[in-house]
Amino acid sequence: MIKHSKIPQKLETNQPASLETAKELGLLPEEFDKIKEILGRTPNFTELSIFSVMWSEHCSYKNSIVWLKTLPKEGPRMLAKAGEENAGLVDLGDGIACCFKIESHNHPSALEPYQGAATGVGGINRDIFTMGARPIAQLNSLRFGDIHQARNQWLLKGVVKGIGDYGNAFGIPTVGGELFFDECYNVNPLVNAMSAGIVNVGETVSATSYGVGNPVYIVGSATGKDGIHGAAFASKDITEDSVNDLPAVQVGDPFQEKLLLEATLEVIKTGAVVGMQDMGAAGIICSNSEMSAKGEHGMRIDLDKVPMRQENMKPFEILLSESQERMLIVVKKGREKEVEAVFEKWDLNCAIIGEVTDTKRLEYYMNSQLVADVPAEDLVLGGGAPVYHREYREPAYYKENLKFNIDQVAEPKDLKSVADHLIAHPNIASKRWVTDQYDSTVGTATMTTNRPCDAAVVSVKGTDKAIALTVDCNSRYVYADPQKGCAIAVAEAARNITCAGGEPVAITNCLNFGNPYVPEVYWQFVGAIKGMSEACTKFQTPVTGGNVSFYNQSSDEGPVFPTPTIGMLGVLDDTKTLMTADFKAEGDLIYLIGESVNDIASSQYLASYHNISASPAPHFDLDKEYAMHQVLKQLIREQLIVSAHDVADGGLYIALLESAMPNQLGFAIESEEGIRKDAFLFGEAQGRVVVSVKPEQQEAFIELMATSETEFSLLGTVTSGDLKVDEEHLGTVKASKSVYQNVLHEILGA
Amino acid sequence: MKFGVVTFPGSNCDQDIIDVLSKIMGQQVENLWHKNHDLKGVDMVILPGGFSYGDYLRSGAIARFSPVMQEVIQFASKGGYVMGICNGFQILTEAGLVPGALLHNANRKFICRNVYLKPATSHSLITSDLDLNKALKIPIAHGEGNYFARPDVVKEMEDRDQILFRYCDEHGNVTAESNPNGSLANIAGVCNAGRNVFGMMPHPERAADPILANEDGLGIFESILKTALA
Repeated sequence: MIKHSKIPQKLETNQPASLETAKELGLLPEEFDKIKEILGRTPNFTELSIFSVMWSEHCSYKNSIVWLKTLPKEGPRMLAKAGEENAGLVDLGDGIACCFKIESHNHPSALEPYQGAATGVGGINRDIFTMGARPIAQLNSLRFGDIHQARNQWLLKGVVKGIGDYGNAFGIPTVGGELFFDECYNVNPLVNAMSAGIVNVGETVSATSYGVGNPVYIVGSATGKDGIHGAAFASKDITEDSVNDLPAVQVGDPFQEKLLLEATLEVIKTGAVVGMQDMGAAGIICSNSEMSAKGEHGMRIDLDKVPMRQENMKPFEILLSESQERMLIVVKKGREKEVEAVFEKWDLNCAIIGEVTDTKRLEYYMNSQLVADVPAEDLVLGGGAPVYHREYREPAYYKENLKFNIDQVAEPKDLKSVADHLIAHPNIASKRWVTDQYDSTVGTATMTTNRPCDAAVVSVKGTDKAIALTVDCNSRYVYADPQKGCAIAVAEAARNITCAGGEPVAITNCLNFGNPYVPEVYWQFVGAIKGMSEACTKFQTPVTGGNVSFYNQSSDEGPVFPTPTIGMLGVLDDTKTLMTADFKAEGDLIYLIGESVNDIASSQYLASYHNISASPAPHFDLDKEYAMHQVLKQLIREQLIVSAHDVADGGLYIALLESAMPNQLGFAIESEEGIRKDAFLFGEAQGRVVVSVKPEQQEAFIELMATSETEFSLLGTVTSGDLKVDEEHLGTVKASKSVYQNVLHEILGA
Repeated sequence: MKFGVVTFPGSNCDQDIIDVLSKIMGQQVENLWHKNHDLKGVDMVILPGGFSYGDYLRSGAIARFSPVMQEVIQFASKGGYVMGICNGFQILTEAGLVPGALLHNANRKFICRNVYLKPATSHSLITSDLDLNKALKIPIAHGEGNYFARPDVVKEMEDRDQILFRYCDEHGNVTAESNPNGSLANIAGVCNAGRNVFGMMPHPERAADPILANEDGLGIFESILKTALA
């Protein structure tokens, strides 16, 4: 159907754009045809730019939405489901809701690590406070190439400083995260930032626009030429020429963000706001079109009224600019003064740039001349944006991985050398070089600063509740087997929340993959979605939203490991149920909950000690894992254990060491017969948790465990500092800790 | 006791200190907005942590010129109690209310972690009730906390007992290893010669609530109340 458009004189005189220009902007020939059909004429350059960014992968999810729709979104706690708002909204009970989301800033960070990462932090926090929630915790998930390469060190240092400088000044604690190194990330580092905020149920603001004649405001920073075509840039492979795209990277100003946060939350309280959305990817055009489409209205905008940083900006530049720290607000007509007073108080720009119309079109004027006229609905996801079914094909490596047999790997005689290797590996060792650069204690609510814990736990002030947060994805597992690997990522996140004494309630995801037009890459994507669906259904943790980042791939080195980062939210109804991961006292009994398996597949041990990369994902049984979590919750509730720590990267030995180090304690354990010692100690079979039990509670502990189906075994006891396995001395906590604590410092400097 | 907590636009620890003073210590607290000249008759002014006006130039360099600071400077000159924590300490040095300056940390990085503090004197409002032999575990979170003053100034401060806290190890030993940021003589907190203006880089308000599993900072607030109300 051809939609009728008034074709103003001025537009006719604007030069119609050509197919070549469309291609240069990243549009396909059939997309160009579709635009002509929608407009009933050939678009001019400004309009073509609008479609190119709104239909880019970044904004339209055109190559992923078909599969994203298959993810479980329903749940009794869902107040805003995936895709409905800027971030997911989950009911925590007692009138309190948590708004949380994770987002990638991979491509900007690959070129300009400091600003790329900083603006990633800014963007994700705006997604939270644009809904009326005050952020109370930030996390991040970072992946880099070989840490010994100078370029990767430059990237890591820049990214960490960027996250720190922005998040610290913004004043919200960074409470958790992950850091992983593998050569597959040499060209494309991954920088995923997550934020969680708290809001009273019923006091949120929607990203919508309606009410003919209501004024449309732009508030916050002035608009400059930074970040133009950033969304389109994020939808391309990284090449050597990408450095020429540098102006596509935005520049952040955390002080402005802090002002915007306070002003935004204050303006919501006036009750004068109809709808609000932050300016993220694709700038003004994105918020105009998404809000208008949602509210089923149009807008008439005077682009020359937008406060600008520089002179002579062209209409397309104003529309597409990704200048940071800006919001679009639609206000009830007649209440302008109340709104303007708030922004005056915080010394922020606040300008009316247009008004709401009933045309459902976005009409842009520059110096009173119409420069673009497009229907809002046709620009957006779920409206007219293209949707593609991509071809996918199982890659050859998958079957090769399945041929792996543990018997082909010689069992090392010297277990201490393996332990020493793992303790000193950057993927295992302490990440304090990074985390010390983030303010984790501002807000006086981070409960896990002085309590080692598998998840970050942040109290919700004014209530007895706390939220537990974690980000998890072992991308080596996902590469080995996308479906199983992604299910493991969800299970590990749930395990971390459960070990912390929380109840898993929902997830957000950041799906980092290579080029979706490569069938083998798309196969990884499809597999990951299937695995996430299975596990999220099992754990009753709906997917509240997130972000897809394709094209994490270089022309020379191919795609990164498929990395579907899972950000999970858990709730503690009472902060007193918090469970810590550290051993408490010499003589306490150490138990393993879950089953020991003769498995070393995809472990850090196999990958870096034996240098074997072809193996399947580690052992994983979703049903048993789920059952184990339920038992663990009961143990915590009945106060039968004094610590709980999950077995993850590095296997049981590293889990024990991590529990031992905080209080300078050790362990003496016996291995299990019938299982190779290296598999027992360093294998990464899933579904296991190390707990410690006071001797006087041993009987009650066993009694409870015996009534469950979950396997458990006595490993040994907590010692004063010796680390012993089957009477063999593998080290002391003092020596191991001094290595573990300083691995990154040794490589990266003070 | 009536406290006034200043909010500069980039303050981000104002609510934290308000929470401790009002909810934990049960005191009356007034919020003082940076654009105002009114100190609302408070007994003590607290300058909280944060990034006052963005602090892209030098931490606190702009804040000292703000309207509220003109009143705070007046208030201090008349003997009024003023305490600056972290960014507040930086603002006090910029305003010349306490000696010295806070440089970039020696490792040029922001540092957030628990450190230990040894109270150096009981002869001040904020340390009066502290055990001089007990190291306090208190978090720091700053990029510019490297205390510096000219040698003669430090000598004079030491002679006048103006050093309030020194970084130490968990046993209270003041060592080079326990100095997190390169501060001269491990100095973590000082007062002015008139002993009514106090500055410290560590955040006692982040260690004053059982929910955080660390209440080592409480003694500082208890000292203030005991001495001021005595």
